Amino acid sequence: MVQAIAFYAFAFVTIAAGVMVVSSRNPVHSVLYLILAFFNAAGLFVLIGAEFIAMILVVVYVGAVAVLFLFVVMMLDINFVELRQGFMQYLPIGALLGLILLVELFFVIGIWSFSEDGSMLAAVIPIQNITNTHALGNVLYTKYVYLFQAAGLILLIAMIGAIVLTLRSRPGVRKQKIADQLSRRSEDVLDVVKVKEGEGV
Amino acid sequence: MEFSEFLDTYLLPTAIIVAQIFAIIVPLLVAVAYLTYFERKVIASMQLRKGPNVVGPFGLLQPLADGAKLFIKETILPSGANKILFAMAPMLTFILSLIAWAVIPFDAGMVLADINVGILYLFAISSLGVYGVIMAGWASNSKYAFLGALRSAAQMVSYEVSIGFVIITVLLCVGSLNLSAIVEAQKTVWFAIPLLPMFVIFFVSALAETNRAPFDLPEGESELVAGYFVEYSSMTFALFFLGEYANMILMSGMTAVLFLGGWLPPIDIAPFNWIPGPIWFFIKISLVLFCFLWVRATFPRYRYDQLMRLGWKVFLPLSLAWVVITAGVLVAFDIVPTPLSG
Amino acid sequence: MNILQNSTKALLLSELISGMYLTLKYFFKPKVTINYPYEKGPLSPRFRGEHALRRYPNGEERCIACKLCEAICPAQAITIEAEPRLDGSRRTTRYDIDMTKCIYCGFCQEACPVDAIVEGPNYEFAAETREELFYNKEKLLANGDRWETEIANNLSIDAPYR
Repeated sequence: MVQAIAFYAFAFVTIAAGVMVVSSRNPVHSVLYLILAFFNAAGLFVLIGAEFIAMILVVVYVGAVAVLFLFVVMMLDINFVELRQGFMQYLPIGALLGLILLVELFFVIGIWSFSEDGSMLAAVIPIQNITNTHALGNVLYTKYVYLFQAAGLILLIAMIGAIVLTLRSRPGVRKQKIADQLSRRSEDVLDVVKVKEGEGV
Repeated sequence: MEFSEFLDTYLLPTAIIVAQIFAIIVPLLVAVAYLTYFERKVIASMQLRKGPNVVGPFGLLQPLADGAKLFIKETILPSGANKILFAMAPMLTFILSLIAWAVIPFDAGMVLADINVGILYLFAISSLGVYGVIMAGWASNSKYAFLGALRSAAQMVSYEVSIGFVIITVLLCVGSLNLSAIVEAQKTVWFAIPLLPMFVIFFVSALAETNRAPFDLPEGESELVAGYFVEYSSMTFALFFLGEYANMILMSGMTAVLFLGGWLPPIDIAPFNWIPGPIWFFIKISLVLFCFLWVRATFPRYRYDQLMRLGWKVFLPLSLAWVVITAGVLVAFDIVPTPLSG
Repeated sequence: MNILQNSTKALLLSELISGMYLTLKYFFKPKVTINYPYEKGPLSPRFRGEHALRRYPNGEERCIACKLCEAICPAQAITIEAEPRLDGSRRTTRYDIDMTKCIYCGFCQEACPVDAIVEGPNYEFAAETREELFYNKEKLLANGDRWETEIANNLSIDAPYR
């Protein structure tokens, strides 16, 4: 019974938060609702016994990705009045696009069918007496190790791409070189001069 | 359903859990109050001062006086602030610093929730701490608060990465994510000895994660007034304060669990193992906290770009390399630990 | 060699550790705090505290209303009015010091030819209102009577150096 109550509470809050993400006027509020949705999704994962996924969801999405979202959104300077001016003008096109997407979704779900050995694929290893961290590791590093590596490579490429796109070396920028500073010796840069009286340096 | 059955299955366990929660939170809040006293005394001593010594014997009632002062002050809501978020931010900070204690083991089996992914839970909760700060900074609608919040967000996210790698190193040596299992794995030798560099990195990252000196840029008085909580007063301010200090204690607890063998005595011989586990745990937390304060009394504040450099260019490669080395050593000598629980 | 030495020093955090050792040493040193209202630090005989107008041992006030102090006061805190007294001697009818203006430079006591206005060793004269800090002649003479022993002692200690 408690599980059922918890499930409905988490599910309801997730959906409500999801609705608020798209409907709230303030983008910062949207991001905060998104975080709430992530959080409740993590709760749902805990309920089905996938505590590792739940924690990773919180660490990665809430703890890192959403922070960066919030970072960007907080610094945006959006004029909401201006943003809403063209709303009615674009409404028909938007509604049409939405409708097309909805119909497509119905088609996809309508012809959905499980392949015959699908159930076998899903149950790779019977989970008994091992924590789901171990279960995940057993699958991830044996059966799916190449896919796992490929995913890592794709992320690496994305990261390098982002760095290449944003990196620019400007001339005349003075940077602090800590190693240079630390290896400076007073003997190398200081000259102690005996100044004769009345002559100056 | 019979009432007695309902009582046995739901009410009684709930009551027990609530009692356990209070048994953790009340000593924790007292510890937070006396940590402020301890901090003032330690730093005063290092500056040849005496610290608070007027209110009560040796100034022991000073934290209570400070609390009472904050309690009776007026809570000010800035007119330009986002009221709901403004009020939520301190509560969030405070709650997050408390709920992490659910998984900390005080002794063998003496833990509120002995979950399988305890260390991940701790990591997740500590990574949420940044939200209280960001929300406070943004909702205050003030330049200083906002700048403080931005700094703090960037700082916490940066140092979380190296903390994550340090945790992975420890997990490699344990083979479990359960905090009790991590402590049990240190029966022979504390991880602070074989993993000394990681211990240092973890301690420094913990300083940065809790916004303590020398990484207290988010609240750098000299340039940002008080950082993200400039606009806060009275109890809202007190909640931030409590949250920050509870986080310090939490991070010390994490250090003790991961590297200093939690509730285990230093050597398992006669005079040491007479002392019960929670006392050892308390002593270790106090030692780490003393180091927090000691560092604050010793080092000047980092410049912001140096802080980022340290996090990304020094700690991240170092901890990543150490993860690889540890894994390599474990595999090469065939001493990969087998999971303790199932 | 230099690079090797530097990097070992950096990796072993030797500089950080030596800094922390220093603070730890200070942690155990005796503290210099004094328990203020009950204990007080030593004062120089030249300490410039609250003002006082002195009298001669026979009870005659020293001030002859030459107004040198009023003239030299850089903060213009002193106001003096004078008239001949019934016995024909020149004395002040009004001698006010605005203690909120005073900067405690001590020029008044340096200027005084008869050592009448002095700055005594008292520094505990905080008041709750501004008005209490506008000192008049009675207040200053009362101060002189109250602190005469200390002031005379300080003046005699300092006399060889003047």
